[in-house]
Amino acid sequence: MDYFLELFFSGLTRGSIYALIALGYTMVYGIIGLINFAHGEIYMIGAFTALICASVLTVWGLPPLAVLVLSALAAMIWSAAYGFTVERIAYRPLRHAPRLSPLISAIGMSIFLQNYVLLAQSADFVPFPALIPDFAWLAPYRSIIGSSDLVILLTTTVVMILLTLLIKGTKIGKAMRATSQDKQMALLLGIDVNFVISATFVLGSALAAIGGVLIASHIGQINFAIGFLAGIKAFTAAVLGGIGSVPGAVLGSLLLGWTESFATGYISSDYEDVFAFALLVLILIFRPAGILGRRHNQKV
Amino acid sequence: MTEQAPLLQVSHLSMVFGGLKALHDLELEVGEGEIVALIGPNGAGKTTFFNCLTGVYTPTAGDIWLTRSGQTPARLNGLLPNRITEKGLARTFQNIRLFPEMTVLENVMIGCHCRHRAGILGAILRGPATRAEEKMIVARSYAILQQLRIEQHANDLAKSLPYGVQRTLEIARALATEPVILLLDEPAAGLNPKETSELDALILQIRERYRVSIVLIEHDMKLVMSLSDRIYVMDYGERIAQGTPGEIRNNQAVITAYLGEDDA
Amino acid sequence: MLAELKKAMLVAVWFMFLTLPILVVKVNPIEQKVVWRWANLALVGLAAFVLTLAGRYYGRHKTELAKYWPEFHPLLAHPALKRFFLAIIALLAALFPLFFSSYQINIMTTALMYAVLGLGLNIVVGLAGLLDLGYVAFYAVGAYSYALLNYHFGLGFWAALPIGGLLAAMFGIALGFPVLRLRGDYLAIVTLGFGEIIRLILENWNDFSFGPSGIAGIPRPGFFGMTLSVDNAICYLYYLVLLLGLLTIFVVNRLRDSRIGRAWIALREDEIACQAMGIDKTRTKLTAFALGASWAGMVGVLFAAKTTFINPASFTFLESAIILAIVVLGGMGSTVGVVIGALVFILLPEYLRAFADYRMLLFGMIMVGVMVFRPQGIIGTSRRRSYPLPDMDLGKEAGHD
Repeated sequence: MDYFLELFFSGLTRGSIYALIALGYTMVYGIIGLINFAHGEIYMIGAFTALICASVLTVWGLPPLAVLVLSALAAMIWSAAYGFTVERIAYRPLRHAPRLSPLISAIGMSIFLQNYVLLAQSADFVPFPALIPDFAWLAPYRSIIGSSDLVILLTTTVVMILLTLLIKGTKIGKAMRATSQDKQMALLLGIDVNFVISATFVLGSALAAIGGVLIASHIGQINFAIGFLAGIKAFTAAVLGGIGSVPGAVLGSLLLGWTESFATGYISSDYEDVFAFALLVLILIFRPAGILGRRHNQKV
Repeated sequence: MTEQAPLLQVSHLSMVFGGLKALHDLELEVGEGEIVALIGPNGAGKTTFFNCLTGVYTPTAGDIWLTRSGQTPARLNGLLPNRITEKGLARTFQNIRLFPEMTVLENVMIGCHCRHRAGILGAILRGPATRAEEKMIVARSYAILQQLRIEQHANDLAKSLPYGVQRTLEIARALATEPVILLLDEPAAGLNPKETSELDALILQIRERYRVSIVLIEHDMKLVMSLSDRIYVMDYGERIAQGTPGEIRNNQAVITAYLGEDDA
Repeated sequence: MLAELKKAMLVAVWFMFLTLPILVVKVNPIEQKVVWRWANLALVGLAAFVLTLAGRYYGRHKTELAKYWPEFHPLLAHPALKRFFLAIIALLAALFPLFFSSYQINIMTTALMYAVLGLGLNIVVGLAGLLDLGYVAFYAVGAYSYALLNYHFGLGFWAALPIGGLLAAMFGIALGFPVLRLRGDYLAIVTLGFGEIIRLILENWNDFSFGPSGIAGIPRPGFFGMTLSVDNAICYLYYLVLLLGLLTIFVVNRLRDSRIGRAWIALREDEIACQAMGIDKTRTKLTAFALGASWAGMVGVLFAAKTTFINPASFTFLESAIILAIVVLGGMGSTVGVVIGALVFILLPEYLRAFADYRMLLFGMIMVGVMVFRPQGIIGTSRRRSYPLPDMDLGKEAGHD
């Protein structure tokens, strides 16, 4: 039973990280119909920014909690900046180009960013300082759930609540929803579509950054390549739940997290990554709309 | 008129999308060499009907039978679009769907595809049979362009053509598939009166030259009345009237559907 | 003018801010030291400033500047000139090994292999419009089929070559079937998924593929039963790949101007209209996948023979991306473009050794750049096929590239 619970919480943790990244994918796809291939790299940059900030602040002697919070903030700010810049450079000029062009541009951007970090920082795994304290009161449950798991779950829950409030309650949230449903109409109604699109990228990137910080402190080390795999898996999750749907992204992420956790726990850990890819392939073939997605009928 | 099965027989055709009944219990017949028009207000389901005929949609109920002279009747509903074209039904589209990066001649040559056979090996080796086939395809396609009087554009890219020529090219391409029934979806849309009367003459010529029946969706009443042997009127997915142009002109139900209240 | 400078200033500041953590700060966590590389910041600022000004200038004078980019089509269209060029190139290609070292011949062989891969992918992406991001899987199938058939059954190179191609074609059909209904982005991602799945299986199914350590001792192609010295073998392989390249160009050109080639292009342009004109969508797509894959398979066999050692690390998504970039950068659908693209991609980094580390960085940048500034590729597509018309008196067929 203990093993099952351990896998359950491990899956929940994974799912939470995937959710933070998947939201970026789903929001961008919902609004401009583009798979932002470079989104995984934004997540990776968030992790690196947090690491750099954390190292600097630690050297300067700040207490760990302050370091954690400030690093997370820094990660969010810089990831948002990168997300914004990538959109302006690689996607906006291709807004009206045939579908292939922005996709290739995105792949190019992904390769660029990976190598940018590789060259500027390091090819090796870089250790991330342990900033999350060990909660003493959690000791009896250590075999099932650790303190950083808990932090991840709590943070993700809080973020989800805030995001829902933003999308449902604020003006910008409404503008985002309107634009994702009908860009032309939103434009005609006076919504600054460019601003909304940029805001979507910024928001998605900030969320991914949080994921980056959390995973970095959870695993304890990062390198320039973590973005690719995490990105594909998060994309799988977004598609599973129904691309374009925010609750879908969360649902898909949790399902993927649990699938991976239980599959590696009970079946085989070697093929961990294969599960995600296989799931991706199967969904796109049999139910491309995803669980919560809407089927599109083509007009001839 | 001999008592035989009509060329095209549509019976009890229904098409339901989710909760929307796009077509309901439709009956329609087309005889050999006939020009039949399909008219009705926007949203009546005319293009949906074409899409059912050509296999883009699979009807939720009903049957579509094609009976070519001397052959057993073939059921069209449920077949893939390309199989239906092979059987002898060809169409044009309401919003032009040419192949923009191909030349005019190539667009028509595509129409010939299903009537020939050269495969990969033939393409690579280019033996005498393949070369003869290619020559024939070019010759046939060019002949169609000549008959439709747009041969001067043969090596121009389809996307560079003026609108009227594009419409004609769509018809040429459909003719290349050697159909027995030609479905024209709003062929006169966007044409000026001169072009429309040229289209009138063209359609009659096509019927003569190619021995095809023609089913025509149109809003231009003058064209419809002038060309059609028979007219079917649709509204809200149902057939509300059918008959000769004379009968339809005076049909109360039709007038109501188009104009609302009768204002005599 | 002042407004321009101010704008450039702002952009420069933005980029300096953006790159501050990653480019400027270098942490050494072990020794708890932080290094501040301010010089980088200055470079970024300067580069951003200059590039912004250049970019704005380009944006304003785009149409005038476009005239300076050489248009290659007139050159290629003239039949006599074209023959002349081809003859020169053929001569150079044939004599190449006599003037260059084994190392350089090896590089050129690699470049030619990528050219063939690019031409194969061109069938799928350029002609049929199916974005395949998992092309490397077929390459792997070819390589591993030779390696394993040789290991288990002692199969030689010449037997393995067609078998590799055939197996890859079968995989191509297997991949094509499930993705028949998918379009654009989704097709791309699924093919990417397939590519990765194949790689992961090769990496983990140790019993079958020997896992990450790969397979070594793969024999080079024999020359009428003799085994050659390493130098001669390299030279021999060069000619083999060259021959394959010429064959590929020949076949691809023939396919393009054929009934099936037209069907592929129609499929790419408008799938619905294509079906309405009687073209069997399924068959056309599967043929494209199978044919494209078979080429990758054959090159895979050659790759195994060339390096005599293969492992899953040679078959990552990055390879697929590189091959795709070659197709896109050369100008989709253009044979000449793809060949030049491959040569540039592989040869340039070799001769600009100083920039070797920056190769992938530049690669990514170029991909974005070409898409934004010149989507039709460096050569660009001039796919217009002018047919001799039946009542015109042309002795030869008009040219196309």
